[in-house]
Amino acid sequence: MSIGIVVFPGSNCDRDVRWALEGCLGLPTRFLWHGQADLGDVDAVVIPGGFSYGDYLRCGAIARFAPLLTAVREFAAAGGPVLGICNGFQVLTEMGLLPGALTRNARLHFICEPAPLLVHPGNCGWLGAYGEGERIVLPIAHGEGRYQCEPDQLAALEANGQVVLRYASNPNGSVGDVAGITNAQGNVLGLMPHPERAADPSTGGLDGQRLLTSLRAWVS
Amino acid sequence: MLDPAGEATRAAAARLGVGGLRKLRIGKAIDLELEADDRATAQSQLELLSDRLFANPVIENWSLELLENSGELPA
Repeated sequence: MSIGIVVFPGSNCDRDVRWALEGCLGLPTRFLWHGQADLGDVDAVVIPGGFSYGDYLRCGAIARFAPLLTAVREFAAAGGPVLGICNGFQVLTEMGLLPGALTRNARLHFICEPAPLLVHPGNCGWLGAYGEGERIVLPIAHGEGRYQCEPDQLAALEANGQVVLRYASNPNGSVGDVAGITNAQGNVLGLMPHPERAADPSTGGLDGQRLLTSLRAWVS
Repeated sequence: MLDPAGEATRAAAARLGVGGLRKLRIGKAIDLELEADDRATAQSQLELLSDRLFANPVIENWSLELLENSGELPA
């Protein structure tokens, strides 16, 4: 198994994701540079957090046009597991792989704190190891994490079970307390919280481990 | 769409003593020069840029108006 980690200029959680997957959980990884045109033979793709291309114009707006993301789009369409964390979630919405958009936090502050979350796994492959309604805590660290979409879009997401992660105490003004959503097929997950920062026993908080290790059963 | 930066600036204006601001929104300005063979081409290229790059239609509305003999933008 090999998990591709996308690296843009300005990504800053790429090595954290590698440490969590490979150092803590023993899952092999490979860095994928934004300028390359194909993914190689990876079994899953993680788009990590950071500030891709300086977050110029809008978060994720420039990254969307990176050559690598054409390959990511095809990989996702074929059912490949794709995970977008924080800036990666913003990139997935700009690409149109997930609906909606992430905007400036309601009270303007950059928020960096542990966030209690409620998990509603539905058919999302990344969340299969969590129970329905399970309460977990993952760190958040973002200035632009307020999820926005039209009310009818939100209603459709909820009806389809695509709102898979909700804030127990909404920190940023997201509609519907949305912290993470999946696509209809359940193979693409975008979330603002950082599961890779909750995977190392030496720093405490291990609620992100099962999200990452779900790949073992999924792609084998 | 909620504009938190605009709201914060409006609150600051009130503290400065200007309380009559009913609306204050903060956005971006993009200054560009485009070469095109004709007006229709320029129009379609600007529409493409506006829809696919400059604006995110999920959260932003945009409209485009080409002005005749507009010349240089005002400083």
